[in-house]
Amino acid sequence: MTSPAPGLDEVRARIFPFPRRHLLSVNDLDPVQVKDLLDLADGFVGLNRQTAKKVDLLKGRTLINLFFEASTRTQSSFELAGKRLGADVVNMSPRTSSISKGETLIDTAVTLNAMQPDILVVRHASSGAASLLSQKVSCSVVNAGDGQHEHPSQGLLDALSMRRAFGHIDGLKVAICGDVLHSRVARSNVGLLTMLGAEVRVVGPPTLMPADVARWGVSVHHDLRQGIEGVDVVMMLRLQLERMQGALVPSMREYFRLWGLDREKLAKASPGVRVMHPGPMNRGVEIDSDVADDLAVSLIQDQVEMGVAVRMAILASLAARLDNR
Amino acid sequence: MTAPAPIAFINARLVDPQTGYDGPGALLVENGVIAAVTHEVGFADLSPEIRVVDCNGHLLCPGLVDLRVKTGEPGNEPKETLKSAARAAAAGGVTSIVVQPDTDPVIDDPSVADFILRRARDIELVHVYPAGAATKGLKGQGMAEIGLMHDAGCVYVTDADKPIVDSKVFRRVLSYANALGVLVAHRPADPWLSDGSAATEGEFAGRMGLPAAPVAAETIMLERDIALAELTGARLLVDQISAAQPLERLAAAKARGVKLIATASINHLSFNELDIGDYRTFCKLTPPLRPESDRLALIEAVASGLVDVIVSAHAPAPAEDKRLPYDEAAPGAVGLETLLPALLTLYHEGHAPLATLIRAVTLSPADAIGLAAGRLTPGAPADLVLCDLEAPRLIDAAELISKSKNSAFDGRRLQGRVLMTLVDGRVVFEG
Repeated sequence: MTSPAPGLDEVRARIFPFPRRHLLSVNDLDPVQVKDLLDLADGFVGLNRQTAKKVDLLKGRTLINLFFEASTRTQSSFELAGKRLGADVVNMSPRTSSISKGETLIDTAVTLNAMQPDILVVRHASSGAASLLSQKVSCSVVNAGDGQHEHPSQGLLDALSMRRAFGHIDGLKVAICGDVLHSRVARSNVGLLTMLGAEVRVVGPPTLMPADVARWGVSVHHDLRQGIEGVDVVMMLRLQLERMQGALVPSMREYFRLWGLDREKLAKASPGVRVMHPGPMNRGVEIDSDVADDLAVSLIQDQVEMGVAVRMAILASLAARLDNR
Repeated sequence: MTAPAPIAFINARLVDPQTGYDGPGALLVENGVIAAVTHEVGFADLSPEIRVVDCNGHLLCPGLVDLRVKTGEPGNEPKETLKSAARAAAAGGVTSIVVQPDTDPVIDDPSVADFILRRARDIELVHVYPAGAATKGLKGQGMAEIGLMHDAGCVYVTDADKPIVDSKVFRRVLSYANALGVLVAHRPADPWLSDGSAATEGEFAGRMGLPAAPVAAETIMLERDIALAELTGARLLVDQISAAQPLERLAAAKARGVKLIATASINHLSFNELDIGDYRTFCKLTPPLRPESDRLALIEAVASGLVDVIVSAHAPAPAEDKRLPYDEAAPGAVGLETLLPALLTLYHEGHAPLATLIRAVTLSPADAIGLAAGRLTPGAPADLVLCDLEAPRLIDAAELISKSKNSAFDGRRLQGRVLMTLVDGRVVFEG
């Protein structure tokens, strides 16, 4: 998939109308649609590396970023994606506006909906918030993270990073390590990667594992060395620092010793292993800087780059669906 | 108040939970009480002035006694008033309701109990009985005036949804109330395990990313409650048991002779956790919905009599409290109008004999709180419901009488329609 960068016409030819009005979960897609979306995103990677990055695929469209939870990279990634496609982009952070005066999520959504946006990108601290919102608005909704539920664009950008690094996803051994319990990134990745034929393991202390996680079609490991043995990809998850002080794990140093990724533990993985992290990283907690910054191993920078391309693909595809109506 | 005119119900299918009779019959109501019952289809020598209702073979049974109803009165009237709850009850064939003490102000004082009773008397629809708080302000610390509230008309004491965490306090409530002959109710839930949870721990909640508590939260507190009931010799109403594991502990304790009366909500008999589906907040309940295996175990426990009483767990919540992300939404569902059809649906699905199910909403709850209602015996109050067993219904929450429309049954197909409800011989609903 790392063939010479396709031209704009070729990228245009790859655009397909999105199968649904909203993107709320990776389960909204089937494997063929995922492949089409990744192919399209691949095309945008090439365009993004040119000097003139801006195209007019979303000309006249309005995109609202509605982020109830703070986020730097996801919000700027969607913002850049929208702007490079030619849309008008508005960022809203309701924590600092009227939502704190008692206006509910639905009231905010209905108000914004009345301004006739085409696409609403939403992040919220509650699982199911994006789904609830999608039932109350007439525009398309993209879930940019709902509580501990899903973060589908992250799953897609991780899949694209892996596909570009290995040429395929089918058959890859992927270990997702750390706080799986609270991670929407883990849920979207498990759903997407198992759908695409990867062998997925989850690794972490039992206090950070969801109940019955073995029924997600993954194998469960509590020992990091054992869990990453022979894997092609080690995906580290961020551990919220407030979960560290004895509530779920005893201390930061114990966590790093047992479940933090360093060079020595990484040696257990397959020789060509690549390391991923959705960011922002807690260096010295879940991952050692030595590993995170080694460009021969780390895909972390690629993930950020792929993020913009994947979000452009999502937006272009949703807009193509709107154009068809 | 003048005595209502006599009514003769003929050609009925009578179900009397006291005798277990389920068959043809006729029933005469005079002076607000059941005057005569026969297993013939009619009465031989009725005076021509008496109104005769031909039941056409429809079900005639005692009106329902619902031990767990919340209203918003006093303090939160936009949710539900005593009047709107009473109208909903009458339409649902429920002739006696016990309102929970978690109102504003809390029913932890005889004057608030008295207020409820006077309001109910003025509304003149169904019987309304208050449940008093077990502890002052539902705070789980000092005992409320259990004796005075009992004298004022409270039929049992409970801290409603709040578990009484301090075992010493709960032990004292049990032994004190027991000496006064007052029933204590408690919902078993370990507050630490269940803190902040909105679902039952397991595969479903994990996939949905919902904060969840294990069933063990219920089992742990039930074990404590059983031990304290045993220690004090008190009668205990186990409020809304909901899963197979605590049912095992309940069965063992009952077999040892611990004086336990167990309730289950109709919601937990009708839904499992998958009904939450795409974060349906109308299915956010306390206790949370359980896996299907627990629902089936609960139905089995009703059929065997291990669970004595079925309640509606009527908990009105207005749209603004429900139209929120799942973990922020208020728990609870309205249920007065759907209790009977949902119960009859269990009968139609073949889970239990009709008389057994009817008993769990009439005689058993009436006996638990010492009411003369709940039976078709001459001299018993003429609290009756006439019901078309077969009529299919598609529940539309918007059509409910309750001020709040948060019905978990919205969009569900049930079977059974109330045709007439009588309270003390007065027709309070005619459909």
